[in-house]
Amino acid sequence: MEKKEKSSATKVNRVIAYVVLIIFSILCLFWFYVLFINATRSHAALTKGFTSVPGGYLLTNMQNLFKGTLPVVRGMLNSFIVAGVSALISTYFSTMTAFAIHAYDFKFKNVIYTFILAIMMIPTQVTALGFLKLVGAMKLEDNFIPLIVPSIAAPVVFFYMIQYMRSTLPMSLIEAARIDGAGEFHIFNHIVLPLMKPAIAVQAIFAFVSSWNNYFIPSLTLHKDTMKTLPVLIAQLRSADWLKFDMGQVYAMIAFSIFPVIIVYLLLSKYIVGGVTAGGVKG
Amino acid sequence: MAKTAENTQVRKKAGRISRFNIWGYIFLIPFFAVFVIFQLIPLISTIYNSFFENYMSGLTQIGPNFVGLKNFGKLLQDKDILIYAGNTMIMWVMGFVPQILVSLLLGAWFTNPALRLKGQRFFKTVIYLPNLIMASAFAMLFFTLFSDSGPINSLLIQAGILQQPFKFFSSIWATRTLIAFMNFLMWFGNTTILLMAGMMGIDTSLFEAAEVDGATSTQIFFRITLPLLKPILIYVMITSLIGGLQMFDVPQILTNGSGDPMRSSMTLIMFLNKHLYSKNYGLGGALSVYLFIITAVLSLIVFKVTADPKDHKKH
Repeated sequence: MEKKEKSSATKVNRVIAYVVLIIFSILCLFWFYVLFINATRSHAALTKGFTSVPGGYLLTNMQNLFKGTLPVVRGMLNSFIVAGVSALISTYFSTMTAFAIHAYDFKFKNVIYTFILAIMMIPTQVTALGFLKLVGAMKLEDNFIPLIVPSIAAPVVFFYMIQYMRSTLPMSLIEAARIDGAGEFHIFNHIVLPLMKPAIAVQAIFAFVSSWNNYFIPSLTLHKDTMKTLPVLIAQLRSADWLKFDMGQVYAMIAFSIFPVIIVYLLLSKYIVGGVTAGGVKG
Repeated sequence: MAKTAENTQVRKKAGRISRFNIWGYIFLIPFFAVFVIFQLIPLISTIYNSFFENYMSGLTQIGPNFVGLKNFGKLLQDKDILIYAGNTMIMWVMGFVPQILVSLLLGAWFTNPALRLKGQRFFKTVIYLPNLIMASAFAMLFFTLFSDSGPINSLLIQAGILQQPFKFFSSIWATRTLIAFMNFLMWFGNTTILLMAGMMGIDTSLFEAAEVDGATSTQIFFRITLPLLKPILIYVMITSLIGGLQMFDVPQILTNGSGDPMRSSMTLIMFLNKHLYSKNYGLGGALSVYLFIITAVLSLIVFKVTADPKDHKKH
């Protein structure tokens, strides 16, 4: 009798849980649905109000956007270069740093490890002033170097890599390679890196996305239109007298910056959602 | 004789190991070279600049003159920084409180074996999605959706809820709520996944024992799950607070950098951004140093909370 009551209570709870989950899912997806609909409609149709079915203007909007004054294609290419190279070097050198701490014994090793963890929390914003002065002094404004090279020192990626190494990289393998006469650099590139591939893939995605979305520093260092990345162009769109704009184009531009990431995310979500936990929880 | 041979062998081995260990330092070079150039030097330069009067007044450059701690005092006297700190905190709390409550609830459901929820991967994928969206594009999207003639207003009018468009961006609390809501949307999935990992780490025998003793699932949640989650909750709260202090992209794009209406949604980093743009290095530096100190104190707490239990577990 009691058991029956309990199972029916569980059933009610389950229904409530599903309803709430569906509501939150809608809350997450609704905005992108509206964005998609509006990107497919013409300016004239948009001013008449919202409809729930897509229009046939997506291609026209895209064409107008590409022909317009904002260099969006160039912006996307710039974003792609910056984010792609950042992701590559960030994961490569973070793995190297983690390997240094994991595989070797040297003086101050623990001090260095603690130090890297301690600087993890320093926000880029508090050093931005000095960073800008440095970039100015090095004459690297309107250059991608200040946006790419700093990602080599990424404590968060390092932390993920060293945790992964501790669970999957046996020292015996490295010793065996040494006996075979392999150099340390060769060992790193040809034995360690291939073994670290799953971790590198996960962190490369995160590094790519965070660089792709980065707005604060690029908005301060990039001034030339042809060098701007997508977030900077979006800000420019916002500060322009946007009411006079073709709204179909405005939505197409936003869709252009958001949907590529969504598509990649949906393809790789299995690894990404797993990576959040592994990287975010310490211990 | 045998002993010397052994000694040389030991020495040889030690020599070989230390020869390899040199590579530990070599592999650390890229990290530290980049760290020193792009983080440490800028940090020192930022602190150094905070002691100087250095700005443009019209077309004339004032300074740089050494003024000691004057910039730090001036920031506090002007009251602006306090207003912006207040705005930042208000919007952070408005986003964080629902975020932690919803995340706890969803996390508890996902990890509850009795519920056996199906489609977990789908739901996790969906609620994590907004975290990866470009914040500036997301803010621009909300700006167009909630504008006076935008789709939200037209939907509300079509549904008969409103007679005429509601001007979201002329209302202090509507603007703040939108910013907090966007922060909530972007972070609750992430927090849910973090809390779930914490919940799954709890020894299931505790739950079974409680169930045998006749505890309800509410009791189990408040008496067992929540106390055991305390370290991870503190971790989530303080890292979120550090992130909240850095709030910039969303309010900057949504209000076009003005923090309107009446600077009620101006955050500390938007204020810093203003100084960086106008090249007011003295005040910008002092503001950065304040932010650095607050962040450092908060990070220290995170460090203590997350490092200690782990070390205890090991020994």
